[in-house]
Amino acid sequence: MSTATTHDEHHDHGPASGLMRWVTTTNHKDIGTLYLWLSFIMLLTGGAMAMVIRAELFQPGLQLVEPNFFNSMTTMHGLIMVFGAIMPAFVGLANWLIPMMIGAPDMALPRMNNWSFWILPFAFTMLASTLLMEGGAPAFGWTFYAPLSTTYAPDSTDFFIFAVHLMGISSVMGAINIIATILNMRAPGMTLMKMPLFVWTWLITAYLLIAVMPVLAGAVTMMLTDRHFGTSFFDAAGGGDPVMFQHIFWFFGHPEVYIMILPAFGIISAIIPTFARKPLFGYSSMVYASASIAILSFMVWAHHMFTTGMPVAGELYFMYATILIAVPTGVKIFNWVSTMWKGSMTFETPMLWALGFVVMFTIGGFSGLMLGVAPVDTQYHDTYFVVAHFHYVLVTGALYSIIAAFYYWVPKWTGNMYDEKLGKIHFWWSTISVNLLFFPQHFIGLAGMPRRIPDYALQFAEFNMISSIGGFAFGLAQVFFLYIVVKTIKGGEKATDEVWEGATGLEFEQLPSPAPYHSFNTAPEVK
Amino acid sequence: MSASAEEYYVPHGTNWPIIGSIGLATTVIGFANYLHGSSIWMTFVGLAILIFMMWGWFGQVIKESMEGKYSAQVDMSFRWSMGWFIFSEVMFFAAFFGALFYARMFSIPWLDGASNNAATAELLWPEFEAAWPLLEVPLAEKFEQAKMAMGAWGLPAINTVILLTSGVTVTWAHHALKKNQRSQLVWGLALTVALGFLFVGLQAWEYVHAYNDLGLKMTSGIYGSTFFMLTGFHGFHVTMGATMLLIILFRAMKGHFSPDNHFAFEAVAWYWHFVDVVWLGLFIFVYWI
Repeated sequence: MSTATTHDEHHDHGPASGLMRWVTTTNHKDIGTLYLWLSFIMLLTGGAMAMVIRAELFQPGLQLVEPNFFNSMTTMHGLIMVFGAIMPAFVGLANWLIPMMIGAPDMALPRMNNWSFWILPFAFTMLASTLLMEGGAPAFGWTFYAPLSTTYAPDSTDFFIFAVHLMGISSVMGAINIIATILNMRAPGMTLMKMPLFVWTWLITAYLLIAVMPVLAGAVTMMLTDRHFGTSFFDAAGGGDPVMFQHIFWFFGHPEVYIMILPAFGIISAIIPTFARKPLFGYSSMVYASASIAILSFMVWAHHMFTTGMPVAGELYFMYATILIAVPTGVKIFNWVSTMWKGSMTFETPMLWALGFVVMFTIGGFSGLMLGVAPVDTQYHDTYFVVAHFHYVLVTGALYSIIAAFYYWVPKWTGNMYDEKLGKIHFWWSTISVNLLFFPQHFIGLAGMPRRIPDYALQFAEFNMISSIGGFAFGLAQVFFLYIVVKTIKGGEKATDEVWEGATGLEFEQLPSPAPYHSFNTAPEVK
Repeated sequence: MSASAEEYYVPHGTNWPIIGSIGLATTVIGFANYLHGSSIWMTFVGLAILIFMMWGWFGQVIKESMEGKYSAQVDMSFRWSMGWFIFSEVMFFAAFFGALFYARMFSIPWLDGASNNAATAELLWPEFEAAWPLLEVPLAEKFEQAKMAMGAWGLPAINTVILLTSGVTVTWAHHALKKNQRSQLVWGLALTVALGFLFVGLQAWEYVHAYNDLGLKMTSGIYGSTFFMLTGFHGFHVTMGATMLLIILFRAMKGHFSPDNHFAFEAVAWYWHFVDVVWLGLFIFVYWI
């Protein structure tokens, strides 16, 4: 095979210019940037919908929007944040970081990488277009339980179904690419157990994606045929069962929540050692804990369905299996705290977000334990306690880790330091407001306020008002974040190649800041 | 590995993905509109764009491969990707097999009062009796009753033999390719393609038989739903696989592939074995027991 000829024609030329650069790019950094911007746009879009929800709930009674539109808002907010904000942000980080972290020239399949991204704008345009359709957007909640999503759903549901199909195709291709990259593109000497934890957690996440996104595609396909082709998967009148939908959905849905948190574990495991100036405590136990979490995630799905109706043996099994996940998760929290133990800590912005993650993700983890206990879940199910729980793990968990990753790696990406003062303001503004927003929801949930309802009883008025004020402030903080992002890209103090004192990893040790358009055309030496 | 890493082929700039995205979006938007009364033409336009995209994209990859741009490491990327793509397909079928098992193990017995569901049976459809294959659905006015279930030992058994034989013939072709016996390669592939399309033809005939003689339709309750969705998606995958084999056959006739460099052949062969294995699951759980 002659390879010398292939070499020169693609050596070291920079990016093309204009819009077509972004449409046709095969460069992992360009594609990573596209993913991150898409996710930011989606974050602000989904956030605007959350503002509508919090505005309506500011006071009891129906003020601003029709109940059906309110339900569309909760539905679209959930779908956009899960599939549009959190997941693409992690894929964007994976694109930017994995090739640099393992010493690869690019992702394993650069053209397919482009396609994984460019499906998404079409999918989300389709999803958003349902808001303008007759009968309104889907209003059955992001979990789209049958028969709400089959028999009683608006016509726009079919566009939602196909949008989910497209997102699934994108995710599966993205995950395949990440697996091929990690398994096949590591520099010599970069053994599996030397890989940064972000690479490890993404490898495991990619397996989760490949295993469950097709199941989601199957679920929405069954919805489609039930709606239009006379099948009866979710209709008891034909021998099917609406509860079957919930089983299939949550077989996807539970691994999905780990898809949205495992890469976060990798990010936090990179940031804390740098600012504690100590190597990560218990590296290999972190790897095994991540793998255990992933395996367990396939065996616990019905804890979302304790009140749906299940044999008692099933409830017991799913309860114990669920509580078991606290063990590997506890290992992780323990390791992060132990890494900081007697460290020479400093509190730059990335570290603040990482610490915020550790504390508040743990709060979300504990409320998850409470929800995992079947007998008490009977009281908590479908209340604001659940809303508080998953927002603590998704906002102060997943989103906090994404923001931490931005502050930690943006000097490497752009060559510019962000403004430290603004970063700290962003952190404290967000952290105070996010707790105002979600902490009271624990109490109103335990007191019995149901989720997905535009009106509520008078005794919940104060806490809802506090929550809404926190919500508006938190939303505004992320607009402020947009300003910080743009400002950092445009300029700022120049970052050193190492960026952070004592930062480890190939991207800090062997690449300049900003990292060149093509890094590691020649594989680096890994000690 | 150091040397091969230097040679890793990173293509620059590509138009195919955006064309593919436009094709995908046109297809599904057209189909969603069709479901609400529009004509179907937009879907066909989308499919045409997708076929154009696949033709061009695969064509470019074939060309680059023939020019020797792909190192052993690139080859390994393709292998990992194809393997995990097939796994994702397995999981897609798993969703439908899951629905089948759930209906057979849980929802049908429960509708008849099994476990602690006596009240369900009493209050909903007291006349309903659990059975598999389920011919008499709980609410006959809403779903059509099938007259008879599809037996296993007629056409499905013949189809099993056909598909298993095609697995042998594709392996024969592979061995011939590795020994550089080109005519055996072409014959082995041609036989495999013929058996593949024969299978699809017989499945189509079986569907006609099901609709006309057995009254077994997609609308015949959960038995019809699982039967047609599982066999239908499988038949679609066989059609895809046979088409891919046909392209491999044409490429073999043009003199593509060498004894030690023919991953496209192997990828399609893997895919073919995958549809074979899925069929065995279908034969056992949908037709037989």
